[in-house]
Amino acid sequence: MCLGVPGRVIEINGSMATVDFWGVRRQVNLDIVDEPVKPGDYILNHVGFAIRRIPEESIAETLSLYETLMKEAEDDAMAADVRAEIAGAGRVS
Amino acid sequence: MNGARLKFRDPELAKSLAATLAKLVDDIGRPVAVMHVCGSHEQAIAKFGLRSMFPKNLNVIMGPGCPVCVTDVPEVDEGVVLAGNGVRIATYGDMLRVPGTVRSLSDAQALGAKIDVVYSPAQAVDIARKTDEDIVFFATGFETTAVATAAVIVSDPPKNFSVLSAHKYIPPAMEIVAEMPESRVEGFLAAGHAATITGTAIFEPFVERHKLPVVVAGFEPLDILAGLVELVTLIRNGTPRVVNAFPRCVSREGNLNAQELLWRVFRPIGGRWRGIAHVPNGNLRLRDEYAHVDARRKYEINVTALWDFSPPQLANQCICGDIMAGIRNPIDCRLFNKECVPETPVGACMVSNEGTCKIWHLYGGVPDLSALEVAS
Ligand code: SF4
Repeated sequence: MCLGVPGRVIEINGSMATVDFWGVRRQVNLDIVDEPVKPGDYILNHVGFAIRRIPEESIAETLSLYETLMKEAEDDAMAADVRAEIAGAGRVS
Repeated sequence: MNGARLKFRDPELAKSLAATLAKLVDDIGRPVAVMHVCGSHEQAIAKFGLRSMFPKNLNVIMGPGCPVCVTDVPEVDEGVVLAGNGVRIATYGDMLRVPGTVRSLSDAQALGAKIDVVYSPAQAVDIARKTDEDIVFFATGFETTAVATAAVIVSDPPKNFSVLSAHKYIPPAMEIVAEMPESRVEGFLAAGHAATITGTAIFEPFVERHKLPVVVAGFEPLDILAGLVELVTLIRNGTPRVVNAFPRCVSREGNLNAQELLWRVFRPIGGRWRGIAHVPNGNLRLRDEYAHVDARRKYEINVTALWDFSPPQLANQCICGDIMAGIRNPIDCRLFNKECVPETPVGACMVSNEGTCKIWHLYGGVPDLSALEVAS
């Protein structure tokens, strides 16, 4: 439940960002993020909110665990948590 | 589970970390128990078969790291009563099956209550905006998740929206475990993403008081191994302090903006954590300034009506509390994988993907001997 999921910021509109999670685009709220975010940055999304901007040098490392998880079956607990975290971000209308 | 599960980014590094860990525990020369307080850590440990790489004398226990599991029975009852009174409840999916005194939210739903599963507090607000019905967001989660709830509370939600907070604050629960006389825990592995918000400084007074080291670690199998090496080193050297083994995500001061928001909206109060104990300052409740968004003040919630029934027999045998205190394991429970399975959970630890019993049910938590050669 505090796993979160990283995604790449595509576009920012006020306090909302359009974020790409492995091809799925979602809306993420930027109200509580720790540092200013711009398109191209990676953020960690938790229940629809960016809780951290991921520093440049740790993006690859952060993504690797999730890439393993995304390949897992539906019923895998960690994979399910990652999917729930993506679902927590709002739909792009 | 088999060896194929061990998909490390860097198997060589994993091996050398495991060897270092073994050497450190050897140096200490007696069994050592450490505790982590995060469901995601337990998932990674179980999923990647890490226990098979730990030295025999190192016991890595999952503490109260599952917010859904420690949601107390009367808190579930509050949601059930509200739902029974015709209020529409929006909550995280894990909350549905958590047993209350007589029923869970899922039972209430079967009896006609309206319950929406959401993945974010913002989605609960969206539901409220599209309807005239009263919506109560039944909020659960540790501080990391509570910050998101706080963010929607200060963003002027519609009048028909309110929050039933079962949010929990983890640092005081570590104190409780440290003070349990039967606890053998000699150090804590703290969860990376929670510390993203709170920073590592939050653990400094704890270390000072209890002389137990705390290491903040990430969720990758390698992060966990590296975190354990740090932790056991501190134990061996007898130098309790806070070490940040996850600097790519965590700083000493944390996310100040988020902390300010968290404490602007919530205040800590004491309360029971299911199966554990009364945890002083362990529950997060809305401050008076936000009384208009507080379901506990908006509605009269009378849970005592539910208590005329005796609690289900089986629930008395649940040892979840002992498991979260690190005194026993799921396999010590007579009901584990028999009467108690994820489809029909007897205790809350079998409900959430972050519950120890559910994780052990899914992945098997006992050491996986087939993978032992990795550690050698
Ligand atoms: S197996 Fe079920 S009944 Fe036993 S401790 Fe775990 S949750 Fe409780």
